[in-house]
Amino acid sequence: MPRKRYIQAINEALFEEMERDPKVIVFGEDVELAIFGDTRGLLERFGHDRIRNTPICEATLAGMAVGAAVTGYHVVLHMMFSNFIYTGFDAIANQMAKLRLMTGGQIELPLTVIAGYGGGRSTAAQHSDTPHPLLMNLGGVNVLVPATPADAKGLLKQAIRTKNPSFFLEASGRGGDSGEVPDGDYTVPFGRAAIARAGADITMVAIGSMLKPALSAAEKLNLAGIDAEVVDPRTLVPLDEQTIVGSIEKTGRAILVDEARDRCSAASHIAAIIADKAFSSLKAPIKRVTVPNVSMPYAPNAESRVLPSEDRIVQIATDLVRSKQLA
Amino acid sequence: MNPTNEQLVSLFERMTLIRLMEERLRADAGAGRLPGAVHLYIGQEAVAAGVCANLDETDWITSTHRGHGHFLAKGGDPKAMMAEIWGKRTGICKGMGGSMHVADLSKGILGANGIVGGGFAIATGAALSAKLSGNRRVAVAFFGDGAANQGVFMECLNVSTLWQLPLVFVCEYNHFCEFTPTVTVTAGEIADRARAFKIPCEVVDGNDVVAVWKAAAQAIEWARSGKGPAFIEAQTYRIQGHLESEDLFLAGGKYREKQEIEEWRKADPISRLAKLLVSMGVRTAVQLDDISTKIAGIVEDAVRFAEASEPADPELTFEVMFAGQKP
Repeated sequence: MPRKRYIQAINEALFEEMERDPKVIVFGEDVELAIFGDTRGLLERFGHDRIRNTPICEATLAGMAVGAAVTGYHVVLHMMFSNFIYTGFDAIANQMAKLRLMTGGQIELPLTVIAGYGGGRSTAAQHSDTPHPLLMNLGGVNVLVPATPADAKGLLKQAIRTKNPSFFLEASGRGGDSGEVPDGDYTVPFGRAAIARAGADITMVAIGSMLKPALSAAEKLNLAGIDAEVVDPRTLVPLDEQTIVGSIEKTGRAILVDEARDRCSAASHIAAIIADKAFSSLKAPIKRVTVPNVSMPYAPNAESRVLPSEDRIVQIATDLVRSKQLA
Repeated sequence: MNPTNEQLVSLFERMTLIRLMEERLRADAGAGRLPGAVHLYIGQEAVAAGVCANLDETDWITSTHRGHGHFLAKGGDPKAMMAEIWGKRTGICKGMGGSMHVADLSKGILGANGIVGGGFAIATGAALSAKLSGNRRVAVAFFGDGAANQGVFMECLNVSTLWQLPLVFVCEYNHFCEFTPTVTVTAGEIADRARAFKIPCEVVDGNDVVAVWKAAAQAIEWARSGKGPAFIEAQTYRIQGHLESEDLFLAGGKYREKQEIEEWRKADPISRLAKLLVSMGVRTAVQLDDISTKIAGIVEDAVRFAEASEPADPELTFEVMFAGQKP
C-alpha cells in the first residue's frame, strides 16, 4: 500500500467523491486556496459551481448547508477551525441536528462538516478546541474522529455517501503525518472501532489526535513489560461500544485518552459505558487522560503542560497495572 | 399586473381558511385541549396568501414560529396540520414537530421554525440549490420584524446578493418582537437594510392582499429570472398575543393598548377583500358567506380528523432521528 499524508488522503476523498457524484458541492471560507491543503486543486478540476469561497458568516453557512442538503445537494461545508463551529452553532444545534426529527423524518440531510481541531501548535485558545463532546451531545449528528490517513479517507467518503449530517473532525496537528492508504475506492463504516495495537494487560481508548501518543506510550510500556491494547473508536457517534467493552473484558483495565477538556468529555462518556457494561471485569479504576478544565494556553511549554502526553499516559498506565487496588 | 377576479376569490378562500383554522385553534388552546403553545396568524393572512399565490408547488418557503398561515397558503393539508398540532401520528410531521414546526417537503414547505430568524439561511441554501441546478425554482424566506434584528439576516442579504440567488425576503412587520413593540428595539427602517445591498425593495400595506400579491408577483418574477434576491416588507399587525396562553404568565402585565388592537381590526384584510369582491361585483355578500360556511366545514373536518386520530407513536422518535441509522 502506498504511504500518504493525512491531509492528502482527505484531499483524495474529496476528489473521488466529487468525481463520483455531481451533486457533491464544497463551500466554506478560503476553500479555493485551501489553507489546510485538504481542498487543494478542487477548484481547477470542478469549477466554481462545485467549490466556492464564502463570506465569513458561519451561522449562515451552517444554515445554508441545511437548505442546500434538504433540496438535493450533498454539501461539504468546511468550517476551518473547530472553534468556528461555535459561531455557526445555532444552525447546527437548532436546525441541522433537529430538522429531521421535527419533520417526522420527511427530510434527509446529506451534509458533511469539516473542521480542524486540537492544540499543540500555539494557536491559543480560540483556534485549538476539541469540540466533539458538544457535538456528541446534540444527538442528531455523526461525529467522526479519524486518526490515520486511511481512516480519514475512508470515513470522509462514507460521510459523503450517507444521508445524515456528519462532523468530520481533522486533527489539525496531524496533517503531515503519513500512513498506508489502500488503493482504489473504499469506505470505512461508521461505528466500527479499530484495534490499533493488540495487548493483554491494559486497554487504552485513544480518540483521534490521541492515537499517536497512545501508540508510542504503548511501545514504551512494552519495554517495561506492560502489554497495552490500543482501541481507536474512529467514530464517536455512532460509537462501537462492543469493541471497547470487549477489550476491557480481556484486559480488566481502562485508560481513556481524549484531547477534549475533562468535564463531560468523550472519555467520561466512555468511562460511564465501561462502568455500566464491564464492571465485573474491572481490576482497577477507570482512568481518563484528558485536557484539564482550562482553556488552551499559547506558550508552547504551557500548552505541553495541559495536553495529554506520552509520558502522562505511561505514568498512569504503569501506576494502574502495578497497583494492587481493586476498583 | 393585477390578480384576476377568480384569483381574488381563491385568495379570499385561502385567507378565510387560515382565519378559521386559527380561530378554531384559539378556542381549543383557550380550552386547554392542545398539548403545546400556538402562535396565531390572525390579521396577517393577506401576506402568506398574497405571496404564496405567486409560487409554484416546487418553489420553496421557510416560515416562522407563526407558521400555520404559510403552511396553508403554500398548499399544506389542513387535516395533517391540525393533527400535527394535536400531537397525533396522522400529523404532517407525525406528531414530532407540533405547531412551530409544520413542514411538508412535498409542497416545498421547508418548515415553520421555532428559532427567530432560523429560516433565513435555510432559504438561502435552497436558493443556492435552485441556482446551481438551474431549475428556475425560487425560495421565499418569511420572517418577522423581530427576526430582522438577527445578524444572520444581514449575512443572508449579503450572500444572496453576492451570488445572485433566487430568493425573496418577505418581512411581515407585525409590530411586535414577542412581547416587545418593535419600534423600541429596532434602529432605522428594516427595508433600508435590504436597500443597502441594492436589493429591489417594496414596502406594502400587508393587510391589502392585492398590494401584497402585486409586489410578490414582481419580486418572485425578478428572482426567478435570475436577477438575484428581492425584498418585500408587508406592514401588518398581530391581532393575537405572541402566543395563546400568554395572559396566564403575563400576570396582568401588558405591552400594548386594547385600543390599538381595535384600530387594526378595522383594517382587517379579509373584510377588506370581501368588500372589494362585492363592490367589483365578483361575488355577492351571500356568496362569500357560503364560501366561509363551506370552509368552516373543512376546519370542522380537520378537527374531527385530529381528535379521532391515534396519538403519536413514541417509538418513532428513535426511528426518525437519523435516516437509516440508530440514534
